[in-house]
Amino acid sequence: MPPKTLYEKIWDSHVVHEEAGKPALIYIDRHLIHEGTSPQAFAGLSAEGRKVRRPDLTFAVMDHSVPTTEKDRVLPIVDTDARLQFEALEKNCRETGVRLFDMNSRNQGIVHIIGPELGVTQPGQTIVCGDSHTSTHGAFGTLAFGIGTSEVEHVLATQCLVQSRSKTLHILVDGKRPRGVTAKDIILAIIGKIGISGGTGHVAEYGGEAIRDLSMDGRMTICNMTIEGGARAGMIAPDETTFQYLEGRPFVPRGKAFDDAVAGWKKLNSDDGAKFDMTVELKATDLAPQVTWGTNPGMVTSVTGRVPEPGSFDDPNDQKATESALKYMGLKAGTPIVDIPVDRVFIGSCTNSRLDDLRAAAHLVAGKHVARSIKQALIVPGSRGIKAQAEKEGLDKIFRDAGFEWRDAGCSMCIGMNADVLPPHERSASTSNRNFEGRQGKDSRTHLVSPVMAAAAAIAGHFVDVRSLDVASVE
Amino acid sequence: MEPFNTHTGMVMPLDKVNVDTDQMVPKQFLKALTRKGFGRILFYDWRYLPGEKPNPEFVLNFPRYEGSSILLARHNFGCGSSREHAPWGVKDYGFRVIIAPSYADIFYNNCFKNGILPASLSENEVEELFQRTEKEEGYMLTVNLPNQTIADRHGLMFRFDLAPSRKEVLLKGLDDIGTSLEHESDITAYEKAHTATATMYEAVDVQNYTEGR
Repeated sequence: MPPKTLYEKIWDSHVVHEEAGKPALIYIDRHLIHEGTSPQAFAGLSAEGRKVRRPDLTFAVMDHSVPTTEKDRVLPIVDTDARLQFEALEKNCRETGVRLFDMNSRNQGIVHIIGPELGVTQPGQTIVCGDSHTSTHGAFGTLAFGIGTSEVEHVLATQCLVQSRSKTLHILVDGKRPRGVTAKDIILAIIGKIGISGGTGHVAEYGGEAIRDLSMDGRMTICNMTIEGGARAGMIAPDETTFQYLEGRPFVPRGKAFDDAVAGWKKLNSDDGAKFDMTVELKATDLAPQVTWGTNPGMVTSVTGRVPEPGSFDDPNDQKATESALKYMGLKAGTPIVDIPVDRVFIGSCTNSRLDDLRAAAHLVAGKHVARSIKQALIVPGSRGIKAQAEKEGLDKIFRDAGFEWRDAGCSMCIGMNADVLPPHERSASTSNRNFEGRQGKDSRTHLVSPVMAAAAAIAGHFVDVRSLDVASVE
Repeated sequence: MEPFNTHTGMVMPLDKVNVDTDQMVPKQFLKALTRKGFGRILFYDWRYLPGEKPNPEFVLNFPRYEGSSILLARHNFGCGSSREHAPWGVKDYGFRVIIAPSYADIFYNNCFKNGILPASLSENEVEELFQRTEKEEGYMLTVNLPNQTIADRHGLMFRFDLAPSRKEVLLKGLDDIGTSLEHESDITAYEKAHTATATMYEAVDVQNYTEGR
């Protein structure tokens, strides 16, 4: 047998039906749904008189529009449209037998956070969700990607998806990550290098020493933002780090069944000599903390850099896009990144709201206070499970004492569908994944950074190079 | 779904690379329960000034492009969020065809679920169409799906590539789910062979609506 990539192994083991020259029907092991992109799918299903084929493989959660203040979570939801979506999800789950983590569940959280946290996500699976950041789950060696609502309906009805084979992209990050450089900086640097459409048509697999050295939390950050480089799915072959993370989680088999599962999971890697359609290599040792300056995640530079001149790009389309981005962002070309002041800080989202992220940020702000010029500094844990653990470790107190708001779990200011919105023309240091125009609020200005970079910006009131700080958490 | 064969219509140019789906349908409109009414929302923040007054500087509001049904766009159209609300908006506004050098994967896929043809031409061909659209008021194109051609009335003709299976879906207006359900026995056989389950070994706080069913 010719050597196979990890992607090809998972693909081959999920083909239900295939005809030459046509897309295949592939089986879906886990279907995750949320209130935002599922109501029309359930409505379509019911209009055609179709049933949910495998409610037991479908998991629902309320995350996109949930309030993150404790008071608003227990009172009736004031946003009528959001309330109707929550009610629709609850009703759809009740009628079809789908398990639901509603906003009062102590296991509630962002869909891509709770899947791995509860062990619903396991190596070798195919996972889909009506959300582009489904790529997060690829950190466990799964084939996971975002789908549209029509495909949500398709998976509900058939537990399958019509798919064509993707091309494969190997991203190798060799060497040791320098102090102050996190998983977020690695993925931002990758997107800066390949561009936001560099991975289009591909499934990415990450490898190399810097990736292997990452915790599962860091690996999830990498796979999460794969979609921002154009590839629909990103994967990392499972290893001891993965198995240790999974052992004992609620949906993970126990005892001998776990050992058997691990034996199978160990085969999930790309064979020696497996061919990728494209390979990209980076040296971790060359990387510095990253900050985006524009209106897509590829518009990024090192913290030591400056806002670029539109004329520094060769392509006239890029020049135009840069000009338009600088205008929207209210930035002057040539400004040093560290001179950019920040109004609000958001540490949260499916990219960076896990325990590693919160611990690192908390250590950095311990005993300090957010700058007077900062209007709001939000910490939004990715799940209630993470929130509870962080509170056990006293992180909430550290953040509160430093002037941060400690919130309940949800998507929050990453997408601004609840009350957590970045006001017009205000500038954020945000650990989220998209700096598109209007993403965090109409006319808002987003700079994507790592949790330690966001925490440091909150304390200083502007971006700072965390490598200059004498704190252990940037190690 | 409405089948697609040929379409003749006026072209509207959107001269911007990397147009993301957040721009097509911003987040505040994702709290909908139906697929309807997104045409009014399309490109909301670019299109409207406060109070939903049309922004005269945005191309969609130029009187010369009123009634367009072909959207001419640039590289990596539809990147970002998987929201199908974006193609719902494109279709509901009245566009049947998009022409661009390239598309983001999820958006591209979503177009075919909604009877929209996302045609890909080379950068140079797209540039030529931008110039012609700019020069000639009411510039029209005829898009012929069976022949995979895009032509104007002055003799210009470009060919576009499309996977045969994608073409068939649009030509016949196929319902994917219906087609997949024809393989019901294959799905059942796969499930038997692979015993797909999601067992909970330790209680979590979940509404378990499966119980008692």
